Amino acid sequence: MSLSRMLENWSDLNKQDYYEDEPIMWGMSIDLNKCTGCGSCVTACYAENNIPTVGKEKCGSGHSMHWLRIERYWDEPEGEADLDIKESEYPERGAHFAPMMCQQCNHAPCEPVCPVAATYHTPDGLNAQVYNRCIGSRYCGTNCPYKVRYFNFFDFQEDIPHPLEMLLNPDLTVRSKGVMEKCTFCVQRLRSAKDAAADEGVRGHVADGAVQTACQQSCPTEAIVFGNLKDDKSKVSESWQSHNVELDRHEQFNEDERGYRIFEELNVEPSVMYLDRVRNTEA
Amino acid sequence: MSDYSMKNDIEWAKINEDVLASLESPRKAFWVVLGVCFALVLAGAAAEIYQYNNGLGVALMNNPHYWQTYISNFVFWIGMSHSGTLLSAILLLTHADWRKPIYRFAEAMTFFSILTAAIFPIIHIGRVWDMYWILPYPDQRAIWPNFRSPLLWDAFAITTYATSSALFLYIGMIPDLAICRDKAKGWRKKLYTTLSLGWMGRATEWIAFRRTYVLLACFLVPLAVSVHSIVASDFAMSIMPGWHVTSFPPYFVAGALYSGCAAIITLFVLLRYVFKFEAYMTTEIMDKTARLTFAIAMAWNFLNLSEYASIWYSHDMFEHEMLIDKFTGPYAGVVWSMLFCATVVPFAMAFKKVRHNMWAMFWVSLFIQLGMWLERFQIVSPPLASNHEPWTQSVVWPGLIQLTITAASFGWFTMLFLIFCKVFPSVSMYEVKEMVYHRNKHGQKKLQNIDKIKDDMIKTEEGLS
Repeated sequence: MSLSRMLENWSDLNKQDYYEDEPIMWGMSIDLNKCTGCGSCVTACYAENNIPTVGKEKCGSGHSMHWLRIERYWDEPEGEADLDIKESEYPERGAHFAPMMCQQCNHAPCEPVCPVAATYHTPDGLNAQVYNRCIGSRYCGTNCPYKVRYFNFFDFQEDIPHPLEMLLNPDLTVRSKGVMEKCTFCVQRLRSAKDAAADEGVRGHVADGAVQTACQQSCPTEAIVFGNLKDDKSKVSESWQSHNVELDRHEQFNEDERGYRIFEELNVEPSVMYLDRVRNTEA
Repeated sequence: MSDYSMKNDIEWAKINEDVLASLESPRKAFWVVLGVCFALVLAGAAAEIYQYNNGLGVALMNNPHYWQTYISNFVFWIGMSHSGTLLSAILLLTHADWRKPIYRFAEAMTFFSILTAAIFPIIHIGRVWDMYWILPYPDQRAIWPNFRSPLLWDAFAITTYATSSALFLYIGMIPDLAICRDKAKGWRKKLYTTLSLGWMGRATEWIAFRRTYVLLACFLVPLAVSVHSIVASDFAMSIMPGWHVTSFPPYFVAGALYSGCAAIITLFVLLRYVFKFEAYMTTEIMDKTARLTFAIAMAWNFLNLSEYASIWYSHDMFEHEMLIDKFTGPYAGVVWSMLFCATVVPFAMAFKKVRHNMWAMFWVSLFIQLGMWLERFQIVSPPLASNHEPWTQSVVWPGLIQLTITAASFGWFTMLFLIFCKVFPSVSMYEVKEMVYHRNKHGQKKLQNIDKIKDDMIKTEEGLS
């Protein structure tokens, strides 16, 4: 953007809700009741997005690149009978799982801190990461409360043995050393869905269900619902509405509903809603 | 004490001789220290080449620990550069004349520590070859850097500060360079002739010089404060618990002056010994520097404690956990050592005996610097280890590569500094002469009609031309 254009359109560019008139805002809802922690979403994510597998050793030193990870938390003791399981693990103690990927925050902490604007907000509500522009200052990563940004600490793609590079997805970049990367809601799929809709003469709108993210597609229990939050009839909007979760509210105040967003009290406005897991402890 | 303060009757010619001698014949220790520093720099360069070829992962940083000692070193060195400005600019504006024999090397310290600090973003960044993208250069694609990012402000602040402190150092040195020019032979003659810009010592030159110097000092003082406030906003502008602290800018400025003053004391003792400056860098000056350092230490401690208090009473869950984790968690050793070195040790300076003992002060200053380095480390690392997201919490210590590069930065700084002292006069000759003159009773009487002297000199000059 040239300086003259910036100055001419100063008030437009500084609008409070800059992307208000856009027809699409991608969002997600994840039902933790349905999540079994099987990890097929993680596998699908690796395959779809050319994520390097780093091996046991580098995984241990914290260099793994899982854009989508399954976080496992051991159940807290519930009542007297459970107290003695405090230090135990499965099968004495239950666990619950939280698939954690980039929450595509609408007040993303990562965006303002990037010195070269390599991460920015797209009109359809994604935190885009421009790999070509990234210089690797890693400020976005430190400022992300979910810690879902992954830095290429090594040249992982150099290590792919010869015929296996044929497995790489041609729709998106293979990232090199020194670049930050993260979940994009499978932006390559979203783009081609938009293009396909445009070919049929519909601009700026994608029919609900016409596009699926890799994790959603592979989830055996259909715990992940993905779609356009600005479309009132989409499955994901219905899910958000039925659990009374609003995008710009920082606490959901609804005791009876299961819907919440992780760290929403930080005022980051994440686009991923989680549905709390409930158990029948009486049974 | 006979050599407590500087003699009032040192002859001006002797001042020239003594200072110029430092350019020729330092003690043997000079070459030993220089050699050690050069070896450290070589080791650091090797570590950086290895890291460059293999990726930043070899420095043991990992996914929650995106930042570590490269950032804390950066803050440390930027901080160290601040007291040069304090000593030369603030004390110049407040007419504290005891700064005169030591401000030159403090200014040099400022400049070289910025040069050291400026290396760290380069080492830290993932794709060094694209680093120029953070500058708003004219570009056909019309892509701008992100003006909201504190890292961008850093880039502006450092370049501005480096330029202006280099100018301040150089301009303050011109009259001395002219003295060197008049005495030197060989390559030195050529160097000083070029650098002294044809300084003749005429009254008009002195008046212009004074004006420029005070003007630059007035510019540098607010600049120095803003530079370290900007460095503080690297942390304060983020939302990380332990970093998101409103009081960070003044806290960082106080910390910067504190570690910088300690560095001045270290170099004071070192230079005094190596270049035989006992007659100029007197116990009196050390006493005053130590008092200043003590005052700043108390200011820093106050801000440190008020930071803890404001976090404790904030009732922010994440910040609370962070604070408790700092004092009891895996990095507790670092935090307690910092508190010992930077909070307990400076109280030694409350005693006159310590203040007047050069080598005691040397060790006190080293402890303070260690404490302040640990302070920067405990700002950067523990918050990343116990961040918002419990699943990613893990502890990482800097590995061999990071420690080698850290050691190399000390070598690099000391090497540049020692070379500077060997090539340029590290004690300001003309200001020491002024100081001697001012302190001399005879001189004080004369000074009362300084305006008349000035007018006379200008008249004579006009007559000549």
